[in-house]
Amino acid sequence: MTVLAVRNLHKSFSAGSIFSASGAEKKAVIDASFELTSGETLAIVGESGSGKSTIARMAMRLLPLDAGQVLWGGEDVSGLSVRALRSRRHYIQMVFQDPFASLNPRMKIWESVAEGLRVHHSSLTRAKRRDRVADTLALCGLDDSGMDRYPHQFSGGQRQRIGIARALIVEPKVLVLDEPLSALDVSVQAQIMNLLNKLQQDRGLSYLFISHDLSVVHHIADRVVVMFAGRIVETGTGEDVFSRCRHPYTQSLLDARPITHPRERACDSTPMSLDEGIAESGCPFQLRCPQARADCAGFDCQLNAQGYACLYPNKSSP
Amino acid sequence: MLELSDLSLSVSIQGEFVEAVSGVSLQLEAGRVLGLVGESGCGKSMTAQSMLRLGEHQGVVKTAGDICLDGQSLFEMDNEALRRIRGGRVAMVFQEPMTALNPVFSIASQLIEVIRLHLDMDKHQARRRAIGLLQDVGMQDAEQLLSQYPDALSGGMRQRVLIAMAMAADPDYIIADEPTTALDVSVQKRIIALLLNLQKKRNLGLLLVTHDFGLVAEMCDDVAVMYAGEIVETGSVKEIFDHPAHPYTRALMGCRPEVSEPGILMPVIAGQVPPPGLWPAGCHFAPRCALADAACQAPVTPHAWAEGKHLARCLHVGQTAQ
Repeated sequence: MTVLAVRNLHKSFSAGSIFSASGAEKKAVIDASFELTSGETLAIVGESGSGKSTIARMAMRLLPLDAGQVLWGGEDVSGLSVRALRSRRHYIQMVFQDPFASLNPRMKIWESVAEGLRVHHSSLTRAKRRDRVADTLALCGLDDSGMDRYPHQFSGGQRQRIGIARALIVEPKVLVLDEPLSALDVSVQAQIMNLLNKLQQDRGLSYLFISHDLSVVHHIADRVVVMFAGRIVETGTGEDVFSRCRHPYTQSLLDARPITHPRERACDSTPMSLDEGIAESGCPFQLRCPQARADCAGFDCQLNAQGYACLYPNKSSP
Repeated sequence: MLELSDLSLSVSIQGEFVEAVSGVSLQLEAGRVLGLVGESGCGKSMTAQSMLRLGEHQGVVKTAGDICLDGQSLFEMDNEALRRIRGGRVAMVFQEPMTALNPVFSIASQLIEVIRLHLDMDKHQARRRAIGLLQDVGMQDAEQLLSQYPDALSGGMRQRVLIAMAMAADPDYIIADEPTTALDVSVQKRIIALLLNLQKKRNLGLLLVTHDFGLVAEMCDDVAVMYAGEIVETGSVKEIFDHPAHPYTRALMGCRPEVSEPGILMPVIAGQVPPPGLWPAGCHFAPRCALADAACQAPVTPHAWAEGKHLARCLHVGQTAQ
């Protein structure tokens, strides 16, 4: 069953600073579509500026859509008002990257976690709300002794557990996780990954997992969407993407993964060129692509039936 | 050589001094890359900053040991001599390239300021040097970049500017505190290549502070693993990766997503680093260690391993290495 679908999403932001409205527009998301099915983890990967967070916010209906559709559990929510959305938001909740910045420093932990209940279960008494908070914190591996403390009294990993509890308290079907591990130490990352795994198994949650870290994605994702310059350039199962990717951009992301032992060090240490360019027309990756040829400049970048958008892909493995 | 010997540091927490770094010895040699590895809260950054006697105005106090640059103690120098060393002979690259650059000054003014602080140059010479430095760190359009402000640059570009700044006075040593943590994976790779390239070309001694063994594998010659204020294991990068001896080192290496199989639970280190003041009496890692027994309740001294080149502060070294 499809729990979340986005279809042909487009989004542009005006370029230039607030002092010089140039009128130019930067396309953040171009014609992006994907579906998330019940109980699965779909990862969106890409570098900063690829549009992955913009898509997540559009899927959450936190950003207006320029064009396209967003469906929550089969219902088209693209045109709904803020008020109409509010009564449906318990269905889909978000966990942010920086658990410190996303918690109000002047609110006690239990108050922050209980906020969703005020909106979605306003009839609950204070005592009942506190009970629900304690239960949800326990689910996320925190005991209730911290309920009356403030965010600064917790470590990064504990704060991220609080962030997850805050999302879970309204019993969503879908969690959108925007770089939830990036601000954490490796050892704490592993704990949170296991927590997410357990919650998914126990409660049948679906995850839309936004990340630039392919090692983490390899662990956690059933399917992967790779974005570059606002476009989806490759999509497939985790297996497809990690062992037989076709798009050269995906390959470059895989190559950038950290090595696991000093013996894997590359022999030459010549600095790579800056190469952060994005082509204006045709395939956006052509400036950096080792496989690019002249006709890439005229390529329309549509995903083909095999799930990649490239004229000269990696050879498919037998 | 930049050398910490038996250094202990205390911080004031609610008016009371508690030990945060305990008996740390490290040697940073020219031409070598030393990795200082551990989780947040282990004292790595405080140790790294102490190498320039930074952090003292934030209430960090040396309680024992010494810090020497080429045999001369940093604690016997006056402020003027220290100022010349900071950014001159020993430079620093911080984690957050946005907060380390001043948003209201152009790249030119920030870079030229550092150059003229340490080198006897007029404005034009300094500007030429600034352009050269930016080119060294891989910026093609250096001239144009000089007139920009930090907020116009991507994270990777800002980190390059900071590295250029660190190189401004041709230092002998660079202390890089999580220099790539805030960056995208692909940008990380380029910054690593850049740092290594500069390090080799100029025979720099580089101290890399990180929580990521992937970065250590990529960059370091020698490794020091830190846990709760103490160095728990030291050795060459090959030794540490081939025969990690301390249970903490092994656990920290094991919870990297890139070395564990997808589809199964990630190995974790249960619990968290005890904060200063709450360290156990014996081995600091004992409460989180699967091998801990009664003997670990008493203080543990480092054990030599592999012909003395590899030290591990653990009573069960023999067990772990098998």
